[in-house]
Amino acid sequence: MARILMKGNEAIAAAAINAGCRHFFGYPITPQNEIPEYMSRELPKIGGVYVQAESEVAAINMIYGAAGAGARVLTTSSSPGISLMQEGISYIAGAQLPCVLVNVMRGGPGLGGIQPSQADYFQATRGGGHGDYRVLVLAPANLQEAVELTELAFDLADRYRNPVMLLADAMIGQLMEPVELTPCTPAPDLPPKDWATTGTVHSGGRRRVINSLYLDANDLERHVLGLYAKYAAAEQREVRYELVQCDDADVVLVAYGTTSRIARSAVEKCRRLGLRVGLLRPITLYPFPTVAFEQVIPRAKSFLVVEMSMGQMVDDVKIAVAGRRPIGFYGRSGGVVPSPGEVVKAVQQLPGGQVA
Amino acid sequence: MKVVYEKSRGLTDTPMHYCPGCTHGIIHKLIAETLVELDVLGRTVMVCPVGCAVFAYDYFNCDSQEAAHGRAPAVATGIKRVLPDNVVFAYQGDGDLASIGMAEIVHAAMRGENITVIFVNNAIYGMTGGQMAPTTLLGQPTTTSPAGRARVGQGAPLRVCEMLATIDATAYITRVSVHTIPRLNGAKRAIKKAFQMQLDRKGFALVEVLSTCPTNWGLTPVDALRWVEQNMIPVYPLGVFKDVDGGS
Repeated sequence: MARILMKGNEAIAAAAINAGCRHFFGYPITPQNEIPEYMSRELPKIGGVYVQAESEVAAINMIYGAAGAGARVLTTSSSPGISLMQEGISYIAGAQLPCVLVNVMRGGPGLGGIQPSQADYFQATRGGGHGDYRVLVLAPANLQEAVELTELAFDLADRYRNPVMLLADAMIGQLMEPVELTPCTPAPDLPPKDWATTGTVHSGGRRRVINSLYLDANDLERHVLGLYAKYAAAEQREVRYELVQCDDADVVLVAYGTTSRIARSAVEKCRRLGLRVGLLRPITLYPFPTVAFEQVIPRAKSFLVVEMSMGQMVDDVKIAVAGRRPIGFYGRSGGVVPSPGEVVKAVQQLPGGQVA
Repeated sequence: MKVVYEKSRGLTDTPMHYCPGCTHGIIHKLIAETLVELDVLGRTVMVCPVGCAVFAYDYFNCDSQEAAHGRAPAVATGIKRVLPDNVVFAYQGDGDLASIGMAEIVHAAMRGENITVIFVNNAIYGMTGGQMAPTTLLGQPTTTSPAGRARVGQGAPLRVCEMLATIDATAYITRVSVHTIPRLNGAKRAIKKAFQMQLDRKGFALVEVLSTCPTNWGLTPVDALRWVEQNMIPVYPLGVFKDVDGGS
């Protein structure tokens, strides 16, 4: 299929349909409105259903019902709307339902702004709502990757019976790049949805109940241990990352999504200055690619974490590096996008950031 | 031996946890009988509330999903949009539907979702121990209105049927009671009609059932039934508020 020039939000929507999503429930919020607009236009043409919910609270609960009925379902929003969905996401994780969520992040806290931000990292990677659970989180750095990770998200959701979040930002959502959509079919080894409530006529009379209520503490603990066994499996099998020019790097930048593009430019600038700088780009934020750090620590003199936040992923980098190397941080907040030049200056403050 | 009566096969054998004199069990029975009589039990998906009926998924012999507090109409919407040929119904109490879930019920009605909602109104929060609900009567003491609900500061009882009947996309809105045998029989007819509406794809149907809470009202079961007649029905008049079939 030919490459098409698309806006990020539309590419994500097209990828979801390509992955077999036929049901979308959502509520308008900037900067992700092109996704529901695309879905409302395209889904009815292929027998799908678009429902504009009365709120993000309703949307995520429609997702719960539709996922429980066995459909591949998607909802998308931006930071304040994702906050409103957190209760429902907790219920979906607790009831072990598959769904795909997209957060096109904007600046916060509160009403904040509509410019690009990465300040929802904690919320995305630590569960976000109440209780012991995690959400698998994928962070695309370009639109082709946004397409591929959206398609992957539906398979991961079905495999782990858990919410999977595509964590993008206003830059990814609004920029235009060429993308290629290739025919996509669900992974052949996904487990059957024999838990879906489709009526007992489809289950030989066996009642199926979708629920997250366990009043006995021992039952609930057993349930949570089951969830964490799934997360342990995901930590073994689903870690994804990219290393850029790390083989000889004295300073390793760590950045994801939009900031990884800026960091990549900063790597080139540093190289032209004679500095040996590389980039470690997490693609899965949960599970975090802790293992990747073992590859670069023997050579690296220091790390520089770059984020569009006051420093959130930097905590995961500290856990991975475990005090073995100094870690610097450079972040901009509120929707301000850092420039490559600013990142280069930050590199130059760190051990290994000076020309020998 | 001749069988003259048996428990509906729409219900499981799980013993119900409801308090003595509570009418949730009667309402469950009417719904279960309806699903069997309409021959739809095997393709029914129930959405359970948070409230006294939170364990309803243990009692009904059909598939079910447990919703977050107040969100049953949104969950039912999600199910019905995926499975339009299944029968989907939400069972909600007055705290669930008329307080925390008011947006979800109003907008499910506004969209004319082809679902059935059974709304059980006992004028109090039962499961949490008898707190004031939006449906609590003026002067009615509860654990959070110990001097009785006062119009100033705590407002007046919310009439859900009257409000929803103003919404154009609704198909059938009615209020019934189960405090006497004739009323119980009328409630059964209303519940059956509300499910038939869904089968006929006529859209959103809601049956409000006035119910008792002897435990939190501080009354005997018999006095609680009398309290429905004397105190609730004057505030919540029984009747049909909307019927696209034109009946009343």
